[in-house]
Amino acid sequence: MQINGEAMLDSKRLTHLERLEAESIHILREVVAEAEKPVMLYSVGKDSAVMLHLARKAFYPSPPPFPLLHVDTTWKFRAMYDLRDRMARESGMELLVYHNPEAQERGINPFDHGALHTDMWKTEGLKQALNLYGFDAAFGGARRDEEKSRAKERIFSFRTASHGWDPKNQRPELWNLYNAKKNKGESIRVFPISNWTELDIWQYIHLNDVPIVPLYFAAERPTVERDGMLLMVDDDRFPLKDGEEPVMRSIRFRTLGCYPLTGAVESKARTLPEIIQETLLTTTSERQGRAIDKDAGGAGMEKKKQEGYF
Amino acid sequence: MSDADVIYKTDALIAEDIDQYLEVHQHKTMLRFITCGSVDDGKSTLIGRLLYDSKMIFEDQLAALESDSRKVGTQGQEIDFALLVDGLAAEREQGITIDVAYRFFATEKRKFIVADTPGHEQYTRNMVTGASTADLAVILIDARKGVLTQTRRHSYLAHLIGIRNIVLAVNKMDLVDYSQEIFDTIVGEYTDFANSIGISSFTAIPISGFKGDNITGLSDHTPWYGGPALMEHLETVEVDQVSDQEKPFRMAVQWVNRPNLDFRGFSGQIATGIVKVGDAVRVLPSGKTSTIARIVTMPGGAGPASGSGGDGDLDTAVAGQSVTLCFADEVDCSRGDVIAAADNPPQAADQFEATIVWMADEEMLPGRPYWLKLGTQTVTATIQQPKYQVNVNTMEHLAAKTLDLNAIGIANLATDRQIVFEPYERNRTLGGFILIDKITNATVAAGMLHFSLRRAQNVHWQATDVSREFHAGLKNQRPAVLWFTGLSGAGKSTIANIVEKKLARMNRHTFLLDGDNVRHGLNKDLGFTDADRVENIRRVGEVARLMTDAGLVVITAFISPFRAEREMVRQMMQPGEFIEVHIDTPLADAEARDVKGLYKKARSGELKNFTGIDSPYEPPEDPEIRIDTTTLTAEQAAEEIVRRLIP
Repeated sequence: MQINGEAMLDSKRLTHLERLEAESIHILREVVAEAEKPVMLYSVGKDSAVMLHLARKAFYPSPPPFPLLHVDTTWKFRAMYDLRDRMARESGMELLVYHNPEAQERGINPFDHGALHTDMWKTEGLKQALNLYGFDAAFGGARRDEEKSRAKERIFSFRTASHGWDPKNQRPELWNLYNAKKNKGESIRVFPISNWTELDIWQYIHLNDVPIVPLYFAAERPTVERDGMLLMVDDDRFPLKDGEEPVMRSIRFRTLGCYPLTGAVESKARTLPEIIQETLLTTTSERQGRAIDKDAGGAGMEKKKQEGYF
Repeated sequence: MSDADVIYKTDALIAEDIDQYLEVHQHKTMLRFITCGSVDDGKSTLIGRLLYDSKMIFEDQLAALESDSRKVGTQGQEIDFALLVDGLAAEREQGITIDVAYRFFATEKRKFIVADTPGHEQYTRNMVTGASTADLAVILIDARKGVLTQTRRHSYLAHLIGIRNIVLAVNKMDLVDYSQEIFDTIVGEYTDFANSIGISSFTAIPISGFKGDNITGLSDHTPWYGGPALMEHLETVEVDQVSDQEKPFRMAVQWVNRPNLDFRGFSGQIATGIVKVGDAVRVLPSGKTSTIARIVTMPGGAGPASGSGGDGDLDTAVAGQSVTLCFADEVDCSRGDVIAAADNPPQAADQFEATIVWMADEEMLPGRPYWLKLGTQTVTATIQQPKYQVNVNTMEHLAAKTLDLNAIGIANLATDRQIVFEPYERNRTLGGFILIDKITNATVAAGMLHFSLRRAQNVHWQATDVSREFHAGLKNQRPAVLWFTGLSGAGKSTIANIVEKKLARMNRHTFLLDGDNVRHGLNKDLGFTDADRVENIRRVGEVARLMTDAGLVVITAFISPFRAEREMVRQMMQPGEFIEVHIDTPLADAEARDVKGLYKKARSGELKNFTGIDSPYEPPEDPEIRIDTTTLTAEQAAEEIVRRLIP
């Protein structure tokens, strides 16, 4: 291809989403080429939805050559389980669902056990699942703009045999060259959408018709207000306190987790453009609706990650 | 906050017409940049300011920021923007940034990714890491201090990694009363330095990150400055992506996509150039050619990467895109190969000169094998002792035996097999590499290839205590290579065999390397193309050289048709040890003898590339010994050769 008039006509400036997409696809393919047994951690949220879509694009017409792993807490919204099963079918990927047997046995739940709930179902559950199947690389949908300690985490993030993260001892990442060689017992967390922001995610979902859980769109739903959070009564396991009565409100969720831990926002945004509009006009950050970041001050997430939280 | 109007005006559009807003933002481009400066230059404050002014800070974060500012801030009662940026707990306690962190903000024209890199000397590796993906570098200078050692260091590193867009942000102008004179002096001093290291242009902007001057709009405090404001410059500067598309097409193959027997695609991210359906391409290093039959991406959705409104297949794809290519023919191609424009392919080589940035605590070991990853190729590489190390503060070249943490040096390296490459300055993807320690698996260095070395400029030799002179002395002889050359059937093997017997009877330690025999073993992977003939001779030459090191008299019997390769072997040997013996037989005589029946086969076309028939023989112009087989018998010829060797 010489520099001539014809070639110049074909040149184009890639948009920010095109550059982000190409980078993510490159990362996904590198892992598949170099890891022995990769897996995609699928949490059913919007970031997972985009990550899954990118994986399908990266390997098309093959289905992504790795399974989806859902480390479940049994406390997700019902609509999340529906979408999870549908996406596994549509993508032609194997879906692995893991429940920490100890958490299950002890009946760990977010109402009675607070922080232990996240710790046992998610942090411990994830470690157990990775050990059980022997996955050496796990894709996660974390973004660097979510939280300060994420901003410094590499795209290929190494974990010790006990799944700990050492922020002081990270491998330098240059150009688009990723060193996927690991020591015995080590595993890699790979974050293909590290460089996406919340707005990028929404725009991409909008432009690509990426399927997401309907809970992101506003609808009339039964809610109670508790500790300054609007909680949705998703099933009859929700223990109502004396005097509490579910109230129908037009709500939606900016982030999805376990329904008893995830605060809704009152909203009328029923379309993606309306959601994006609301996101842009809002004045609070995304994870504020989640209880998990509030422990241990500004260093809460970093501490959790050192202990093995994704 | 009047300066922020430029950014805030988009807010109205969000509220009034979100579809219009999305349409605008769908066409945004992206700029990745790094900020370089020391702890005191106000780097974190500037980034915090950019985030704040582009409305990337939410109320809850702002509330936390205000409370943190009062608790641990360094700006009294005012907001300490740096606290937005300094992430990890340990750093917050120390009040410094110690790693590479990435920040994001956007305006209506662009999305920005900022690599925030520290200014401490011991963290060269972090800056090189952050710079490797950057389109632009912002070099921060404290207006009160001017051009410092670290300014030179940051500029050198940015230039080294190939960043062509440099912004000199003269910060803290509020603390020097917005003095034009001070600004001009700093710019003048910087210009001299920049020119001296090869930076041909840069954009200097007087700013105050703390007060917000000339960040999002031009400041009333600097009426003498005509612009642009920092944000305006970042929004409009041209990125390298466009010039990358003007280069010849190259794509490193990451993964072969083979869902069933009917589909075989090669997936990768296009490094440079443009590819279209119907383009002729060449697969490197094999050199096989084909034509692009399809450029595949997933159908469905009006995806940004589809480019054609939801169709999966593309007509054209450009540098930066991740695609899957299908060929019109069955051509071998796998991970590590490079697909390139057929008429303008890159080269493959196994010896290079490179710049190496050492990034590990453990120093570099010349001669130790490391993994080298370049594009999608991973090979074993050994590095020679550096030619020199660069002092990043003074740009002086220093002698060095090794490189330690954060050292930058120039060295030759050799790979265990050929890799497809281009000089880094032409192609970051095919010229940039990392080195990985084979034991710890750590990334120990980054490097940039300059050029490949010619074969003769060889890798450093391991010194041995038992010298070649000692070997030769033990055998009481002078090592030599009797290099027989001539047409097939000239009598090379026959004569060589008699020569060896005569030498053996004279108690000489000899070894005969015969063409046919070597092709059964060492060179059985080689055919009879010109390239393979060259490689055949190169290998035999290397073996012969090792044998002369061992003190032997080596006799070789190969057609060795090309002068260049015989000359190459001559250059490998010690002066006087290479003795070229031309077994000179007219083609007609050799063909008439045809002891192996090969000429007959060649004439009938059954045998291709036969020397003298359809492949050339270049006779020696001035051989040490010339044997005319039309006048001498084999025995007489051998007698003559031994007499010349041992008078």
